[in-house]
Amino acid sequence: MSRQRVIVAAAVLAASLSATAVPALAQGPPPPPREHWSFSGPFGQYDPQQLQRGFKIYREVCSTCHSLKLLSFRNLADPGGPGFTEAQAAAIAATFQVTDGPNDQGQMFQRPGKISDYFPLPFPNAQAAAAALGGKVPPDMSTLAKARSHEGGFPQFIFDAFTAYQEDGPDYIHAIINGYTTAPAGFALPPGGQYNKYFPGGAIGMPQPIKDGQVKYTDGTPETLDQYGKDVAAFLMWASEPKLDERHRLGFQVMIFLIVFTGLLYFTKKKVWHDVHEPAVSS
Amino acid sequence: MSGHSTYQPQGAFMKWMERRLPIASLVYSSFIAYPTPRNLNYWWTFGGILTFMLTVQIVTGIVLAMHYTPNVNLAFDSVEGIMRDVNYGWLLRYIHANGASFFFVAVYIHMARGMYYGSYKEPREVLWILGVILFLLMVATGFMGYVLPWGQMSFWAATVITNLFSAIPVAGHGIVTWLWGGFAVGNPTLNRFYSLHYLLPFVIAGVVVLHIWALHMVGQNNPTGVEPKDEKDTVAFTPYATVKDAFFIGVFCIVFAYFIFYIPNYLGHSDNYIPANPSQTPTHIVPEWYYLPFYAILRAIPSKLLGVTALGASIVVLAFMPWLDTSRVRSANYRPLYRQFLFIFFAAVIGLGYLGSQEPVGGYVLAARLLTAYYFAFFFIILPLLGLFETTKPLPNSISESVLGKGAPAGSGGRA
Repeated sequence: MSRQRVIVAAAVLAASLSATAVPALAQGPPPPPREHWSFSGPFGQYDPQQLQRGFKIYREVCSTCHSLKLLSFRNLADPGGPGFTEAQAAAIAATFQVTDGPNDQGQMFQRPGKISDYFPLPFPNAQAAAAALGGKVPPDMSTLAKARSHEGGFPQFIFDAFTAYQEDGPDYIHAIINGYTTAPAGFALPPGGQYNKYFPGGAIGMPQPIKDGQVKYTDGTPETLDQYGKDVAAFLMWASEPKLDERHRLGFQVMIFLIVFTGLLYFTKKKVWHDVHEPAVSS
Repeated sequence: MSGHSTYQPQGAFMKWMERRLPIASLVYSSFIAYPTPRNLNYWWTFGGILTFMLTVQIVTGIVLAMHYTPNVNLAFDSVEGIMRDVNYGWLLRYIHANGASFFFVAVYIHMARGMYYGSYKEPREVLWILGVILFLLMVATGFMGYVLPWGQMSFWAATVITNLFSAIPVAGHGIVTWLWGGFAVGNPTLNRFYSLHYLLPFVIAGVVVLHIWALHMVGQNNPTGVEPKDEKDTVAFTPYATVKDAFFIGVFCIVFAYFIFYIPNYLGHSDNYIPANPSQTPTHIVPEWYYLPFYAILRAIPSKLLGVTALGASIVVLAFMPWLDTSRVRSANYRPLYRQFLFIFFAAVIGLGYLGSQEPVGGYVLAARLLTAYYFAFFFIILPLLGLFETTKPLPNSISESVLGKGAPAGSGGRA
């Protein structure tokens, strides 16, 4: 009775506070549409074919400007990744030129990449990148898919916990790839900027990176902007979270163990406490 | 730790040992024979859960420290190295990062339970104050740990929080420079935070020993708030409390594991996956969720000095609860008015937490001020006055009467 009154009082309090608070919010970009991902949910796993397609896009398009410095060629053959064989990963590495040295003459030199090398940087340093690209340094892509999010706000963030939603990063990347439109009337686009409706503030420095049919797929997957966005976002999610497959698999085993073990503890507790709850003397 | 031990050493070695270091009888009297009230509910399992979480944090933290590099140029990449190249490094780090959150979940429930059942009242004042000290140590440890990955939020949280000390008149800026070890948050700051983040958990462990010692001197409170009177009111710690704690640690771990394995980044901030950049301020600096109510109190007050004072006071005031509360009845079950005001207090703290996560604009500022006013009014006005005016419900004569005396005879009642 009194508990109900308290809850009602608290609810009224909270409701009145949020009613006063709501109009204050500034408008941001629209929420990125939520796509279907093979790796979402407790049982999700990466699709190696999709990661290979995403890698092809990274290699042919993104890598011109964006580094991927925390990844090594050997990672391409890691379990739970794009599923290249070690020989394929070594062959991919050999197509890159890597700076090594100094040699015995004290000179740095170029050589073909080895499987143990990290992905080479597109620019020698941030200043060189900024100078070549109109003053903006393109972000490194190693953790990009976990470094972008969209605040769903209340009560969305509570639902997201129960639906195990962790894909706002890839959703955002997919949305950006597909978000280039003409600026609305009256929008003052700064020089060198492009309008992207999903980018905070609307003006993005990156020109539209990819168009329909630009990257050739060999497995019959449609060569559309939507599909490119999904594939490269999935690849970047793997680059950010390479142990996701293992985490989901181990998580299932741990959950089964914990539920069974806790169940056994519950019945042990019941048995131990039986005489306390129902003492023989008090009947 | 309490009373005379009934422990009888068995065997020649244990007898030999008992005359030299009676550690076995200490363990026996503290964790086996120690009497606990028979009517404790599951809210009382959070002390055990907190001990478990402290152990988890120390064990995972020590292993993480083997692979972490406290240098501004290497810290971010070394954490990513842990996530990518250390065997089960991703697991260790996700346990440790989410473990901090769940440590705070447990401590907030533990504190709320103490407030609800009046566990701070005579003779448990020292026990309670040690708890407040533990909470302060946790706050400091958690904050410094959050700085270590050296992402954008790490760096800017460190900048904002250390800058709070600049509000101190005269010496403020000198203190901040001294804390930083330089004229901005930089490598010396990161190094000392790492050192202190490693040290403080062991200080916490030491104060936990004092906390448990004080607990065993005065005995546990219980849902009736009536002290145990005879043998019928208590059960032995082992097996009764041990198995109950173990079961609920299991339940807690299921939720904990759900976060670790399925939504490991849910409680974190995505900006912390961007390496720290002193020349680029994030659009919206927020602390970890467990500091949000205090952050809201800080921002609710327009003056920086007063805001920082209110922030500190909001935690320190807890230590004075035993004397601010004038009622002699412990448990809120028998204090209908206190119970209502307390639930509103809990709602206000949750509301402050939400407001702390939002931009301080428009109606949010007003809401935060109202809730902050209620927060302090609860301690300084409601608590002292309630004890004078509140009509409390009749207390049971003993714990066993409250458990066995009411309703149908034992055995025919409903089962749990």
